[in-house]
Amino acid sequence: MSAPALEAAPPLARPRAAALLWPVVGAITALLVLLPTSALPGWMWKLPPSWKLPLAGEVSAFVKWLVDSAALGPLAFIDLTRAIAWVLDWPLALARALLVAGFTTGQGSQAVQWFPPLPWFAVVFLAVALAARVGGWRLALLMGAGLGYLLVFGQWASAMVTLASVLVAAPLAVAGGLMVGIACHRSPRAEKAITPLLDLAQTVPVFAYLVPILVLFGFGPVSAMIATILYALPPMVRIAAAAFRAVPEEVVALARMSGCTRRQFTWKVLVPTARPALMLGVNQVILLTLNMVIIASMIGAGGLGYDVLTALRRLAIGAGIEAGLAITVLAILLDRLAQAMARASERGRHHGARAPRRYWLPVLAVSAALWLAAFLAPPLATFPDSLQLSTAAWWDEWVRWINITFFDTLDAFKNAVLLNLLVPVKRFMLALPWPWVALVAAFAGWRAGGAGLALGALAGVLFIVFVGLWEYAALTLYLCGVSVLVAVTLGVPIGIFASGRERLWRAVEVAIDTLQTLPSFVYLIPIVMLFRVGDFTAMIAIVLYAIAPAIRYTAHGLRGVPAPLVEAGIANGCTRTQLLTRIKLPLALPDMLLGVNQTIMLALSMLVITALVGTRDLGQEVYSALAKADVGRGVVAGLCVAIIAMVADRLISAAALRLKRRLGLS
Amino acid sequence: MPSSADAPVLACRHVSKLYGHGAARFLDGRAAPEEMAAAGVIPAVIDVNLAIGRGETFVIMGLSGSGKSTLVRCLAGLIEPTGGEVLFEGRDLFALPERELIQLRRHRMGMVFQHFALLPHLTVLGNVAFPLDVQGMPKAQREARAREMIELVGLKGREAYFPRELSGGQQQRVGIARSLAADPELWFLDEPFSALDPLIRREMQDELKRLQAILNKTIVFITHDFDEAVRLADRIAIMKDGRLVQVGTAEELILHPASDYVRAFTRDAPRAKILTARAILRTPGPDEAGIAGMVPASTPIAGFAQQVEATDKPFAVVEDGRILGVIDRRAMMDVLVGRDLAGPAEPGP
Repeated sequence: MSAPALEAAPPLARPRAAALLWPVVGAITALLVLLPTSALPGWMWKLPPSWKLPLAGEVSAFVKWLVDSAALGPLAFIDLTRAIAWVLDWPLALARALLVAGFTTGQGSQAVQWFPPLPWFAVVFLAVALAARVGGWRLALLMGAGLGYLLVFGQWASAMVTLASVLVAAPLAVAGGLMVGIACHRSPRAEKAITPLLDLAQTVPVFAYLVPILVLFGFGPVSAMIATILYALPPMVRIAAAAFRAVPEEVVALARMSGCTRRQFTWKVLVPTARPALMLGVNQVILLTLNMVIIASMIGAGGLGYDVLTALRRLAIGAGIEAGLAITVLAILLDRLAQAMARASERGRHHGARAPRRYWLPVLAVSAALWLAAFLAPPLATFPDSLQLSTAAWWDEWVRWINITFFDTLDAFKNAVLLNLLVPVKRFMLALPWPWVALVAAFAGWRAGGAGLALGALAGVLFIVFVGLWEYAALTLYLCGVSVLVAVTLGVPIGIFASGRERLWRAVEVAIDTLQTLPSFVYLIPIVMLFRVGDFTAMIAIVLYAIAPAIRYTAHGLRGVPAPLVEAGIANGCTRTQLLTRIKLPLALPDMLLGVNQTIMLALSMLVITALVGTRDLGQEVYSALAKADVGRGVVAGLCVAIIAMVADRLISAAALRLKRRLGLS
Repeated sequence: MPSSADAPVLACRHVSKLYGHGAARFLDGRAAPEEMAAAGVIPAVIDVNLAIGRGETFVIMGLSGSGKSTLVRCLAGLIEPTGGEVLFEGRDLFALPERELIQLRRHRMGMVFQHFALLPHLTVLGNVAFPLDVQGMPKAQREARAREMIELVGLKGREAYFPRELSGGQQQRVGIARSLAADPELWFLDEPFSALDPLIRREMQDELKRLQAILNKTIVFITHDFDEAVRLADRIAIMKDGRLVQVGTAEELILHPASDYVRAFTRDAPRAKILTARAILRTPGPDEAGIAGMVPASTPIAGFAQQVEATDKPFAVVEDGRILGVIDRRAMMDVLVGRDLAGPAEPGP
């Protein structure tokens, strides 16, 4: 009897030791922060300049070399980028001619338009006809209402510029993502090579790669489109790869047993079978493409994004909100249309497709007639001013009223949060010596995922330190950390409360979906109006943007607790509270951790955007590098943000996985 | 029963499939399972030898994890074995050039899957025509052939349905029609009825027997259900932990189980329907009195039980007009209850 008892002792003892580990780490951290700065050598906070790696300079020099003198034989590198730009310019030019500029001959100011673009009534007619065909009268109604908003609120011209680039960028991103996804599926080696690139592309802030694109491709719509495609492509690759992996083994076996060649397998089995999952990728690409609209306008995309950006700079809240909403309207219309088209193509085959020609020939004929009408009577093509209206003044008035009436309240609130939360955390972060942070990161990595993760975390921190950006990184951690903390403290209870109430949950879902489809810049506008620029404003914007996954994953985790376990709890006489704390929450914890993970990722991506309202962290570093077209500085600071994101992601994912295994859920 | 000894259609020699790093060094099959587990190697199939004759229905039976699914995938050329060879008409499948293997699969092999593996984006017609489409057959021709197959499996009128609109049994009929579309000689069925309800399963087994009577394919059928194996098989191979335990007819397995494992499987088999007069006959004793009647040697017990039971006298077992021996009530009861075979009968209540 004594032997089993002896064996049982160590597993009991270990958790106790483990439980002590983190309090000890916390105590040492507190000690280090409270210690007078003179007690430790100064390089622990600020690296002497001679220790720094001149990475930023080298990256700049490399890109300069690429642009100036890199060549492969007779072909200069810059010719290559020009060729890419030239190829991409064709479809874009066509789309812009159709929707925006009309067909012209001649250059610049000498350009003569010999045929106008599609007039608004032709576009509306075509879009509604398409919507009615693929999605029935409901979708046609939505389409009509959405386009009506664009017309009535005077957003039409800008919206067509944006639409033209989206109509080219989104299919290219979908096709490109699909191709890379197929390559990954065919060759595990390709997948191994591409996965880290995807990680990087999804964590490096967009601003960071805007700079090299700007340098390589110049300022203009094509550069903006390239940036958009680069931004929207990685999720498509991931979704495609996952969709292909989910194709049942039996279906793969069937394809081989039928004697499919590799090409037949890909196009007759793999892609069609995975199509429902791939449509999720199309949805993501459309949303991301429109999310990018504002950022892309910084390097010359024009359109709605440019309108929002200028409104933000002028602090014109009404104009900004109207243009921002127009982007959301476009996103919703395009997404619904794409989903309906996918469903319709399936239905069509089923019921022996009612002769599409009989539908499309008249529609196209009418559109052509409308187009011709616009050519013959140009004044027709402009939407009458008398029908336009704007709520901009109303919004402005409203915000002014709030500002006047509640100025003291708002200011008191802001100051209270600043003094009691933001400032202490900021001081704390800045007081941390980096060697200790590196050590803790490595230790956490080791606990969560073993030696590899420990080394990765350590290397990440050291990289940030030795490129000389530790202070900026500390400020990033501070702002991001506080925002995530607030988002989680608000989001988790909301998720818990809503998860058990079906109707409330549906309402919450709509709300967080809307929060996520709104382009992130749009948040900034009203918040800036109420609280002016600064860390507090940035924090609220980040919280609003990043709270969705905290809510969603919490509710998802709670709702996913297996019903038999809940029933077992009830059968054992648990009260509602006990059911929540003893059964549901522990089981939902891994999912909730993933939610926190997503919250951190979104917070980091929003953080960079809040550089516009005057934060002082890595985001600002990236943003000002963009303004000065300083490639090296932007890339290095962007890499640092990516490193923070990746280390956080790996640590939390590893912890969630471990937890899941322990609960027997994986 | 078709002979399997001469010119097997499909044979495998020393086929092993081991998963894990450095699995090849365990190929001799002598290592204990614990040793392999310690090395991180998972043996799915170990040293299997088989020969399947033309027109034979060969059932591979085993519980889940016994390696039967892996074995059938090796036989079909879907998984390359770690060791050994699979011979289709004497040619090693895995030595064939890719192009020839594709031709072989297109024209001479068909497969039915446990979860149907229907393509969700194609209609019934499209699914059944799929193997022909892959071959490059013109649309009109392949659809005509597909319609034939759909009619053959009793789904006429459902050509335009999508798989999700069909019941499980109907979906598997589509799977069967598809696997037959290219008119293969070798027909693999990987637990085709395991995902169906018991009643439907029974119906589908009868359907398969009906089809086989018309088509006369060489069938490799996988199942975990001994009753199903008995209903369909010419010969049954029983697998356990990746190895073949015994290969034989249902009767042989019941009467001469090679191990307790096989005995456990066969214990609840419907003996009266499987065992024939030939299996239970004995030579008549010298003082044997008159004979009550005659039964043909190949009749299952269920076919004559009532007559034999009605009298104390023995019956003669005849084949081609010759008397092979006799059976009587007691011998029949012994066999049916399993007294002789499984040792002393289990103690009653």
